[in-house]
Amino acid sequence: MSLNAVHEGPHAKLIYMANQIAKFMESKPHAEGVELLAAHINDFWEPRMRRHLFEVLDAGGTNLRPLVLDAAAKIKRPALAA
Amino acid sequence: MKDFIIPDRDFGTPAAKSKQMVTLNIDGFDITVPEGTSIMRAAAEIGISVPKLCATDSIDAFGSCRLCLVEIEGRNGTPASCTTPVAPGLKVHTQNAKLKQLRRGVMELYISDHPLDCLTCSANGDCELQDMAGAVGLRDVRYDAVDTHFRVKNTSGEANPNYIPRDDSNPYFSYDPQKCIVCSRCVRACEEVQGTFALTIEGRGFDSRVSFGAKTDTALSSDCVSCGACVQACPTATLQEKSVIEIGTPERSVITTCAYCGVGCSFKAEMRGDELVRMVPYKHGKANRGHSCVKGRFAYGYASHKDRILNPMIRDSINDPWQEVSWSEAMEFAANRMKGIQTKYGRQSVGVITSSRCTNEETYLVQKLTRAVFLNNNTDTCARVCHSPTGYGLGQTLGTSAGTQDFDSVEETDVVIVIGANPVSGHPVFASRLKKRLRKGAKLIVIDPRRTEMVESPHIKAAHHLALTPGTNVAIVTALAHVIVTEGLFDAAFIQDRCDWDEFQDYAEFVSQPHHAPEAVEMLTGVKAADVRAAARLFATGGNGSIYYGLGVTEHSQGSTTVIGIANLAMMTGNIGRPGVGVNPLRGQNNVQGSCDMGSFPHELPGYRHVKGEAVRDIFEKVWGVQIDPEPGLRIPNMLDAAVEGTFKGLYCQGEDILQSDPDTKHVAAGLAAMECVIVHDLFLNETANYAHVFFPGSTFLEKDGTFTNAERRINRVRKVMAPRNGYADWEVTQMFAQAMGANWNYTHPMQIMEEIALTTPSFAGVTYEKLETMGSIQWPCNEKAPEGTPLMHVDGFVRGKGKFINTEYVATDEKTGPRFPLLLTTGRILSQYNVGAQTRRTPNVAWHDQDVLEIHPHDAEVRGVKDGDFVRLASRSGDTTLRATITDRVNPGVVYTTFHHPDTQANVITTDFSDWATNCPEYKVTAVQVSPSNGPSEWQEEYAAQATKSRRIAAAE
Repeated sequence: MSLNAVHEGPHAKLIYMANQIAKFMESKPHAEGVELLAAHINDFWEPRMRRHLFEVLDAGGTNLRPLVLDAAAKIKRPALAA
Repeated sequence: MKDFIIPDRDFGTPAAKSKQMVTLNIDGFDITVPEGTSIMRAAAEIGISVPKLCATDSIDAFGSCRLCLVEIEGRNGTPASCTTPVAPGLKVHTQNAKLKQLRRGVMELYISDHPLDCLTCSANGDCELQDMAGAVGLRDVRYDAVDTHFRVKNTSGEANPNYIPRDDSNPYFSYDPQKCIVCSRCVRACEEVQGTFALTIEGRGFDSRVSFGAKTDTALSSDCVSCGACVQACPTATLQEKSVIEIGTPERSVITTCAYCGVGCSFKAEMRGDELVRMVPYKHGKANRGHSCVKGRFAYGYASHKDRILNPMIRDSINDPWQEVSWSEAMEFAANRMKGIQTKYGRQSVGVITSSRCTNEETYLVQKLTRAVFLNNNTDTCARVCHSPTGYGLGQTLGTSAGTQDFDSVEETDVVIVIGANPVSGHPVFASRLKKRLRKGAKLIVIDPRRTEMVESPHIKAAHHLALTPGTNVAIVTALAHVIVTEGLFDAAFIQDRCDWDEFQDYAEFVSQPHHAPEAVEMLTGVKAADVRAAARLFATGGNGSIYYGLGVTEHSQGSTTVIGIANLAMMTGNIGRPGVGVNPLRGQNNVQGSCDMGSFPHELPGYRHVKGEAVRDIFEKVWGVQIDPEPGLRIPNMLDAAVEGTFKGLYCQGEDILQSDPDTKHVAAGLAAMECVIVHDLFLNETANYAHVFFPGSTFLEKDGTFTNAERRINRVRKVMAPRNGYADWEVTQMFAQAMGANWNYTHPMQIMEEIALTTPSFAGVTYEKLETMGSIQWPCNEKAPEGTPLMHVDGFVRGKGKFINTEYVATDEKTGPRFPLLLTTGRILSQYNVGAQTRRTPNVAWHDQDVLEIHPHDAEVRGVKDGDFVRLASRSGDTTLRATITDRVNPGVVYTTFHHPDTQANVITTDFSDWATNCPEYKVTAVQVSPSNGPSEWQEEYAAQATKSRRIAAAE
């Protein structure tokens, strides 16, 4: 509900969540933040969520914080749906 | 002689803790006991029971009944053995002609003012006065009392002014003054054990009476919290369980574990046949040490409530009435639906929610169902909405996701921080133990938006109450760290030894930045900088510092960050790894620790091991004979999102009511409504069942074997005291469903499930039912290194190696107040009700709390024209509801508070779907709201009630 007020679009919630993680990781040295942000998403986001995240990233990553964009290369791209 | 001592014997006075030993001689036997032991207790340890009435070993000696007199060679008179400590070389006689005569005289006086209705008395067979009359050989009462307390009329036929009629106002116990011998055991139990000070002795001499406070107070209207400590302490029928009055005395008892909160109290279920007569806290229970609260002690009536569903039910659509069917029909229906969904929508389209109210063994089976039968990792548990940030935060900093101490540790603490928790309401038995320590001089710092009962209560006053604005925990905790670091109050030796010193340097630099100073965050938190500084100094320098926290820490968008901040505070002050210190999450549900341990999270196999680890998967693949998905599965919010999206279609939900307990009710309802098969396995048709297609009736904790793990990692046995009324224990139901899905599971006792857990999970490797039987309970890790378990964690080093300091930058939540929603709502619970109330609402506990109310500050109420008791509309950006207001300065202006125990209030219609950045734990504790006068239920409440009524129809049997 309220999340949609922050961002619009089908993946608004996902963008919001990725940015929330980024805000925590931003207080670390950049390289460590990139590493840990990617690791966090790899460890806790199920493939469906990561697939949606890549849909956003592949479309240019609008509204994502820079740290998420920097970490994109280290986030595991999920295999096709089983 | 010791062989004759039965385990639950009353030793008369508490055990002494001295290491200095003293030898004396009692009735010709030598005995060596710790210095400070009473003669009464020393005698009891060699099996000699000195007659007594006012002494019991849960409370300090009082020396009022004069029955326990003894003679000591070389000393004058006949001292009371309860108040006389042992001394080296004493020669004590507990029985001789003089003592016999004295005791008979004392008993004679007692009995002269006591009704002689023993045969019809409710304490017949369970009365210490009766026992003592027998023990001292009382054969005659020579006095014909003129004035008594027990005759309704005096000898002239006039009403006896000393007679006080029985007080039956408490739903669970009676107070019958005519049976009272004024031994003060109840008064002392209320003070010393419970710490409520509700009872007192009024009057003097012959006029002395036990009283619930003021003259006008009854048991129910007084401060009494109905913990039952007085009832347990009473030696006569004066304070007695109504169930004993109705049923009679029990004939056997079975030791088991309470199924309410995370304290995990041990109880004796006292039985007559298969009827439960009463629950009595078990003295040797290591979590509760013989104490209880109103829920565990009395609120078990839900187990036999008429609302309980005892037959399986199915329906095609949630708009149809339920059809009662046989277990095999229900299993076939459910399995066919789930198989059909997986065939049509794929392997990932179904999942499970495990229950933090069920046993470890049951939870283990439910996660195994999804991993080994559905072949995905879509499992989650209610810890998602409560302590998942604890798992993350403590895992990152200390290396394991659990409280570091046992509850006994509180006895050695000097400064306690209680943050985001109200143990008096949520974890009452722990609160009593904490208050006992505070009364002996430990200092208390409370960090809570609300002035809870912890802040100020009889003989307890917090040194500091930091009444912060909801949502600013991280700012406060970081400010505390700022003071400790910049003022040089940290424990450098501990940090150098136990943590990474370079990492600490980085952290110290971060936390020393001026924007973390208490002065800089004062405007955010609303807490005066001087208070924050004083609290930080006290914690860092006041001796053993411990931190206890609850959901007020975790249920925020920065919940995990606050947990990390708490671990930082404990590490920097060296408060880890010994008694009296530590980081102690107060767990909500009885087995939420266990459900997390058992692999209920979608990314972790049992024992907190990530599914990506091949070696870990390998262990389970060998035992289960399947291939395990290496990708994390769906968390509860993800399941609901995926359901709305159309990719998640089937759910098996055991013992959890997500529709009531999870945030943003409308979103949960939409998710459930979008599913094609929702299986609810519960005692009652709960709110979630309104959207279910299959209902498996559940069994209560009284009806099954298993184990619960409490907040101190203590694995306690749950023992079956009666047959399941629904026919099967919950683990059997899950097994039948797995079999219907094609799995070859053949457990015949939960013991075998525990064997599988021990085989696969290193921290449980040494746990067996046999060991639980002999040791009573075990704290994990229990393995080759710690065969008897681990009361304190991180003693010689952190589980992760070096303790890790992590920066905790404050990020304000996006849930902000504004002109439309100017107030902040925060939520909590109340003593008499538990969680969503499914159990406690079905007990007489409603006498204390029959509806949720909104606490609002007088200023906020006045500007809105709200009076005490008015119906008000509570609205947020998510939705609105109505409830009654109560005006109080417990909350600050700008903050309102309510509980969430009643489904018709629907507090979670109001809460948003903001959640913790790391774990998605919902932000229950902060919602921007507006309050306005109202005439009655909101449209949503009416629609909801109509849907619920319709959905709960059960078709009549043909």
